[in-house]
Amino acid sequence: MLQFVGRRILLAVPVLFGILIATFLLARMIPGDPCRSLLGERASAEACERFARNKGLDEPIPVQLGIYIGDVVQGDFGDSIRFSRPVSQILIERLPMTIELSTAALILALVVGIPLGIVSAMKHNTAVDVGTMMFANIGVSMPVFWLGLLLAYLFALVLGDTPLALPPSGRLSAGLISEPFYEVWGLGLKDGNLFHTVLEFISNHYIFNSLITADWELFFDAIQHLILPAMALSTIPMAIIARMTRSSLLDVLGRDYVRTARAKGAPERRVVVRHALRNAMLPVVTIIGLQLGALLSGAVLTETVFGLAGAGTMLFEAITARDFPIIQGFTVIIATGYVVINLIVDVSYAYFDPRVRLE
Amino acid sequence: MSWMRNRVDELSRPQDPARLVQKPRGLWSGVFKRLLRRKTGVIGMSIIGMMVLVAFAAPLLAPYDPTKVLIGHEENIKRRDPPCVHLFGCDEAKPQHILGLDGNARDEFSRIIYGSRVSLSVGFSTVLVALTVGASLGAIAGFWGGWLDNVIMRVMDVVLGFPALLLAIAIVAALGPGLRNTLLAIAVVSIPAYARVMRASVLSIKELDFVSASRALGASGARILWTRVIPNALTPLVVIATLGIAGAILDAAAFGFLGLGAQEPTAEWGSMLARERNQVFSAPHLVFFPGLAIMITVLGFNLLGDGLRDALDPSLAE
Repeated sequence: MLQFVGRRILLAVPVLFGILIATFLLARMIPGDPCRSLLGERASAEACERFARNKGLDEPIPVQLGIYIGDVVQGDFGDSIRFSRPVSQILIERLPMTIELSTAALILALVVGIPLGIVSAMKHNTAVDVGTMMFANIGVSMPVFWLGLLLAYLFALVLGDTPLALPPSGRLSAGLISEPFYEVWGLGLKDGNLFHTVLEFISNHYIFNSLITADWELFFDAIQHLILPAMALSTIPMAIIARMTRSSLLDVLGRDYVRTARAKGAPERRVVVRHALRNAMLPVVTIIGLQLGALLSGAVLTETVFGLAGAGTMLFEAITARDFPIIQGFTVIIATGYVVINLIVDVSYAYFDPRVRLE
Repeated sequence: MSWMRNRVDELSRPQDPARLVQKPRGLWSGVFKRLLRRKTGVIGMSIIGMMVLVAFAAPLLAPYDPTKVLIGHEENIKRRDPPCVHLFGCDEAKPQHILGLDGNARDEFSRIIYGSRVSLSVGFSTVLVALTVGASLGAIAGFWGGWLDNVIMRVMDVVLGFPALLLAIAIVAALGPGLRNTLLAIAVVSIPAYARVMRASVLSIKELDFVSASRALGASGARILWTRVIPNALTPLVVIATLGIAGAILDAAAFGFLGLGAQEPTAEWGSMLARERNQVFSAPHLVFFPGLAIMITVLGFNLLGDGLRDALDPSLAE
């Protein structure tokens, strides 16, 4: 097992390195001069030269790459060209929004998708099954942004005067400000050290922060704002998880040991939950890992529709404004997270199913 | 005992040569028959067939020019007019626009009809490019193995390391917005999926007896790959290619929505929806119908892909 884990980690290293180089090159390939796009079309040559020197853009590309990798290894992603602020600071502000959104969407997808799949498999070939699978097919065919707009229209306008009304945009209602837990608790922390940075990152997860500081007004407000985006974002993974659970469970329910369990007189509920479901969940775990990339891609669209200041919109804006350091920093972090989560999924898969290790 | 003699007579009678050399029943005719027995496959094919028909017959079906601004040409209209169908009691004095007018006072119905051309061609051509490149890479990696396999598959891993849409956005940003670059970007990010499936398929087929037989007869590697392995390895690719068209249409619409895909005045569903998204509360029809068109088209390909998967793998048949 340990050997398997070690090999998986070693395999991830060249991928991470490749991602680092790819992001660096990709950012350089985006045509257009960052100087002219920021200082204006008629910026003078001297101004641009000074700009390039300040941002390290006048060095040869290989040197820039060397400096860049050295910095990244130390956790320094440079300063944003557009905002003249450290990329790491912007990451700390923007990433929690996206993490909250993706987590909420994934939880929703699991909580609804898995039971739907189970019911569908147990009521195989009945109206319930056909209906669920039709719903799943429609779910994977819906554009995220369209569903988002429809949800906003339904819950903010049509149901606007009912208790079901939900806010169509933003992260918190106007006037509410999330106070970091370390300030509420009066931990006098100095700005700028690593510990403070980590705590700041954690406290920017508003739902988590308001939960541990028992700020219920903010907690419920943040959740209300998260429901619609999470619903929109969760549809595709939900449909895929439901389908996977169904087909995997159907496959397992046909096995001999399930027949044995039934022959022993075990109630159907017990057969499904205790015997079949455990083994049926294996492929579902893999699918969940694969959905994370889709969630992040969907987050760009969902954040755009619901006006959320998350990592997705930030990255999108940075790409259009040619803000190299932000593009690199955000992509490296997101891609790394993606690789790490897939690594965890692979390892947990091997843990549940020892046959995988033999490969 | 007469039945026996009859039987022997029958067997020993010289037969019609055409009957002796029976045409082998192809894989695809069987698949097609099974596909027709599955509701998903039939519904999917009908939707796609309808969409293709709409795309080809767009000039006949569309009542207006999709890019023509109608203000000044017609009485009693204004921007973002809701749908007006005379049959359903719309005022006869107003011109009929069954899906209403868009923000530039163009006929929404005509734009949606013409939009099918954009989406379908993006879907088909993207998958064609990605399939060709991906399948070739996968076949090479799987067939020759060794360092070539390692290099190709590690590069694919790097591409897969990025969230697909973000990578595609970066590529479009590098090449400049537009439909052609969107198509290229979506193709590039979907190459690894085809490469992986093709590689797995080639790996299993190259160990089969008929491949060893070719090798024993002295056929060259390239010949074996081209005439023996690839034709047999393509089957699983058909399913992911069909599902890939669905994904490509969805992605292209997302690009249109983000303003990176098709540019004005091209009628493309994603960008039509994006232009009016801030008017969703006042003119919901301009958001609803383009999205519905995307959904139906994508649904068609997803259903066909599902049906094909079941038809190609009879063990799944219930």
